[in-house]
Amino acid sequence: MSTAPSQLAIEVDTVGASPGGGAPTPARRVISTLRRSPAVVLSVAYIVAVVLLAALAPVLASITGWGPYTYDPEAINADLGGIPIGPLGGISAEHWFGVEPQNGRDIFARIAQGAQVSLLIAVSATLVTTVVGVVLGMVAGFYGGWADQVISRVMDFLMAFPALIFMIALLSALPAGNRPALLVIVLSIFGWPYVARVIRGQTMSLKNREFVEAARASGAGNWRIVSREVLPNLRGTIIVLATLAVPGYIGTEAGLSFLGVGVMPPTPSWGQMIASAVGWYTVDPMFFLIPGTFLFLTVLSFTVFGDHLQKALDAGDAA
Amino acid sequence: MVLYLLRRILSALGILLLISLFTYAIFFLLSPDPAVLICGKTCTPERIDQIRGQLGLDQPFWVQYWEFLRGLVAGRSYGDGPSAIDCAAPCLGFSFQTNESVTNMITSRFPVSATLAIGAAVLWLLAGIGGGLLSAVKQGTWWDRGAMMVALGGISLPNYFVALILQYVLVVQLQILPFPTAVEFGENPLLWFQSYLMPWLVLAFAYASMYARLVRTNVIDTLGENFMRTARAKGLAAPLILRRHALRPALTPVVTLFGMDFAGLLGGALITETVFGLNGVGKLAADSIAKNDQPVIMGVTLLAALFVVFGNVIVDILYTVLDPRVRVTSR
Repeated sequence: MSTAPSQLAIEVDTVGASPGGGAPTPARRVISTLRRSPAVVLSVAYIVAVVLLAALAPVLASITGWGPYTYDPEAINADLGGIPIGPLGGISAEHWFGVEPQNGRDIFARIAQGAQVSLLIAVSATLVTTVVGVVLGMVAGFYGGWADQVISRVMDFLMAFPALIFMIALLSALPAGNRPALLVIVLSIFGWPYVARVIRGQTMSLKNREFVEAARASGAGNWRIVSREVLPNLRGTIIVLATLAVPGYIGTEAGLSFLGVGVMPPTPSWGQMIASAVGWYTVDPMFFLIPGTFLFLTVLSFTVFGDHLQKALDAGDAA
Repeated sequence: MVLYLLRRILSALGILLLISLFTYAIFFLLSPDPAVLICGKTCTPERIDQIRGQLGLDQPFWVQYWEFLRGLVAGRSYGDGPSAIDCAAPCLGFSFQTNESVTNMITSRFPVSATLAIGAAVLWLLAGIGGGLLSAVKQGTWWDRGAMMVALGGISLPNYFVALILQYVLVVQLQILPFPTAVEFGENPLLWFQSYLMPWLVLAFAYASMYARLVRTNVIDTLGENFMRTARAKGLAAPLILRRHALRPALTPVVTLFGMDFAGLLGGALITETVFGLNGVGKLAADSIAKNDQPVIMGVTLLAALFVVFGNVIVDILYTVLDPRVRVTSR
């Protein structure tokens, strides 16, 4: 893949010595550890702000008076090829982040609308891949045998695929239709093996542990063991995998939209906004700096949060 | 070992075959009729039929796929009689847009992608491994924190964004570098170097950040292991411990990762090549996708898959050399 290398190289291999007798989840301890780190607090604050921005996009548009699709010919200089009037890409009290060159659409409104699109796609893809990956990973790890053979071969196959090129080719061949839904499907097809691989490995080591043996000795069936003994022990891993998957999908969606096969205009997405700014970067750098900074900070915040979460959970296991 | 090798290569070929089948099927099912595309605006039904016959598009799917595979191995010719067009051994067909042979298009663009990949790889291995090692050894210091902060930025910044910032700062504002142009090395070595410099840096930054994080974690983990304590207890000097005992186990996972990343890049760095206008395989892929040029898309997808799949095989073999524990179990 030629985008930023996949951020799924996570090593959560130790479930560690589990406290005997199933101690209560140390959720409170993890939260208090995280709250002590200023980097985590800042990241969470930023994520909350972006989520609010996305959720309130229509409200914000009615406050500023500019929607994401409204043209403002007054804000651009038609004589100079349509560059925004005023310094910094036309930033003013009316247009908080300036306007797009040539058509004068409000960048703030498009950033908010784009946040909605990007987050929706990334979170949906994360949900789908997590559910599919956990279920298939647990089936492969717990039952072994031919189920494991089939699932593992499919995973090998999907991970050997040149995913980016194939995603682009597939998305360009598919009819326009519901673009965000298509993106979620394509991202999920190539994303779930990375979850399933980790879950499979952990399930394999968990199923041979004493507490599973004890549960089996006391007459628990397979379903009960999987849902009551194995799954709860995978909780930390699943949360970390999901948290770190979100920035990965945000980045990939932005990359696909940047290449022109993701979210289609006029619907805005951050990657697509950067793509349309490529032709203008010499005269109007704010046009790419604003969506790029939002994209960067969003990916960064999720990554920082995921990293620290993983560290806090690992520390708890080791204790 | 020979048996193991054979098995790995066979399974790699199997995966490649499956990938080609999937790709072929998807384009067969989803794409608009290529005959109409080739024919253009001034088109008659007879002409479309003629093109279909010549390209074999009137045949059922399995026949077409079989012909494609046979062309890859043995070459094929389109049409018959004096108007037949020959296509030599690794035949991937002809571009619908330019009528050029796809094999030629790919081989002529490959050196650009290889240059990009090699240059970036040198930079990112130096920066990634060096930075990761220093961070691990000086764990907890400001040096460590600073390096890890830069690395965190590197994995979070989309590379097209970095590319735009670099171009804006270095080319437009400071004017240190000229606008990137496609120049041969022989024509003007300096300009050649300058035109590759930014793409190398952009690609290397992202990978180096990831490697630095990985190396740091691995070295710290290794330093905490029992055999390291033994080495320290024996009274070995710290640099010697690091060199002789910590590096090998810490760097083995890097080999795997590097093999996969480098192989992936040889198949074309789509975004970087597109942003900097480098005429490599990645840009070819992007252009052909934009123009719906199926034979070319098929060709670049297969090439990328070939590198990834065989990169995997090579990494597995290297692993058995580097890590004796694997050798015992793999026979």
